[in-house]
Amino acid sequence: MTEPLVQARQLTKHYVLRGGLFSRRQVVRALHWVDLTVYPGETFGVVGESGCGKTTLGRCLLRLVEPTFGEVLFRGENLLQLDRETLRQRRRYFQMLFQNPYLSLDPRMNVLNLVGEPLVTHTDLRGRALAERVAALLERVGLSADHLYRYPHEFSGGQLQRIAIARALALNPLFVVLDEPTSALDVSVQAQILNLLKDLQAELGLTYLFISHDLSVVQHVSDRIAVMYLGRVVEVGTTEGIFYDARHPYTQALISSTPIPDPQARRSRVILQGSVPSPLNPPPGCSFHPRCAQALPLCATEEPRLVDVGDGHLVACHRAG
Amino acid sequence: MREPLISVRDLQVHFHTHAGVVHALNGVSFDLYPGEILGLVGETGCGKSVTGLALLGLIPPPGQVVGGEIRYRGQNILTLPPAQMRALRGGKIAMIFQDPAAALNPVFTVGEQIELVTRRHRRMGREAARRQAAEVLRSVGMPEPERILDTYPHELSGGMQQRVMIAMALSCGAEVLVADEPTTALDVTIQAQILDLLVDLKRTRGLSILLITHNLGVVAETCDRVAVLYAGFIVETGPTGAIFQSMKHPYTQGLLAAIPHPSSRGRPLQAVPGTVPDGLQLPPGCLFHPRCPFAWDRCRQERPVLREVADGHQVACHLYAGEAER
Repeated sequence: MTEPLVQARQLTKHYVLRGGLFSRRQVVRALHWVDLTVYPGETFGVVGESGCGKTTLGRCLLRLVEPTFGEVLFRGENLLQLDRETLRQRRRYFQMLFQNPYLSLDPRMNVLNLVGEPLVTHTDLRGRALAERVAALLERVGLSADHLYRYPHEFSGGQLQRIAIARALALNPLFVVLDEPTSALDVSVQAQILNLLKDLQAELGLTYLFISHDLSVVQHVSDRIAVMYLGRVVEVGTTEGIFYDARHPYTQALISSTPIPDPQARRSRVILQGSVPSPLNPPPGCSFHPRCAQALPLCATEEPRLVDVGDGHLVACHRAG
Repeated sequence: MREPLISVRDLQVHFHTHAGVVHALNGVSFDLYPGEILGLVGETGCGKSVTGLALLGLIPPPGQVVGGEIRYRGQNILTLPPAQMRALRGGKIAMIFQDPAAALNPVFTVGEQIELVTRRHRRMGREAARRQAAEVLRSVGMPEPERILDTYPHELSGGMQQRVMIAMALSCGAEVLVADEPTTALDVTIQAQILDLLVDLKRTRGLSILLITHNLGVVAETCDRVAVLYAGFIVETGPTGAIFQSMKHPYTQGLLAAIPHPSSRGRPLQAVPGTVPDGLQLPPGCLFHPRCPFAWDRCRQERPVLREVADGHQVACHLYAGEAER
């Protein structure tokens, strides 16, 4: 069995809202008791609707936000116990690609500085050697050395995302968190970026955590998938296991409500009632029970734990297993 | 033959900017029939929203309709006097938008906003307007409509806000609903609820809907007919079944092939090379030719027109011109 690259144990992030003088202190459970394991070379998909905690998960794994509780093991080392200097040195091994390159790239920096910044921070490359390295990175992502001295506003969304990818890969990271990397792009450009990410992964042996709300994209790129709901992981499995043998009622509803571009594929749709409850006051017991058609009395009182239903397929549901 | 409710012919819209004239719509033609959902699909900047806004006479300056006509029940609404256009807009033709939170006024209650529309259009009294508002909220599947009337938009979820928008659009008996990306800002489980509601309104009220979207999945599941827009020009239109079964235009084919599909796992996606042309400098000939794998000389010189290739299925592409000419 291969050693895991990244492991989260009981990873929890609570945000405390301090209201006014007379309002009660409230706690948002953005991420609650999440366990997951990512192996080298795989693409681990994370899906869920807005507010389910998928972005918080990505950020906690890289310690971009400080988790409230839990452990993040990167090659066996707990990132949360590292001092600042050691953490800074480790950061070259894990990178993040954000959803909106218009926001993630500083409009006042040219491409050379944008892509070269991590190299200046972590290596001795300067001057011509730096420019050459950046040019090589640009070529690798489908741009060219002609773009070195241009600014973000001169590029399209797809080109900007390529620049952001070059920046993320500048230091040869091992692990990249891709947070909705194609959600701001049109489908024809999305296809170009997804293909590029796949090529780079094969060439550089990268490990991806791929966060998305788009199930067809996650299905296309992932080896394994975690489904999140209200700050918790409700199901983990291989892509086949999730899409063809979903056990959690939420996963089933999510898959069935995703529109498929084929009018012949009329399916029996499960349309969920209501919407996702506020993470300020999550329901007791299983947080999905108020919307669940198969809820048992037990679901309203006791929180289900993730259990293995066979071959590493994990489900947090009282009905399963 | 049924009469179209809305008939758009050769609509051209230009935006006069400092950088030059942006050609947003370059001859858009389509019909919307009573009781159907017509999907208007295309990528960012193809002119979908401008088309929708044009139907309500709401093209923002510096945009201008420079040619073509929009007929509603046979009458060209582009030449209507402003007062008559105001009566039509929000009355018989209504619109909902992508972001309901931005479209609703945050400082008025839901009830006040819906009542304003009916009182303005139907000259209703306060009491009657309130009863009518509750009624229309119920008809879009709102639980406890009387309570919702007194809530402010921020108290409602995105899906609920979109239901309020739909209720407001229907409150004066709209025949045509222009829905501009109505579910793009919503989660998939909520999107399914709203799409279900739109299909239901079509069936029960005979509402005609122009559904503007970038999502071919949404089109496949809700629309009766489709029109594909590229660079402000309709490149292909026809019944949903026929379009998905045999797409003719290379752009439509490319658009569908680019979507990840269970069968595409482990293989590269077929991306459409290049990017959408700049409205400031449109290519000569067919607008798609710089990205088209099949382009030849004729495509670079002559802009193709929509030609019928099957019953109700029209394509603007020289590849199929031979069939029609011969």
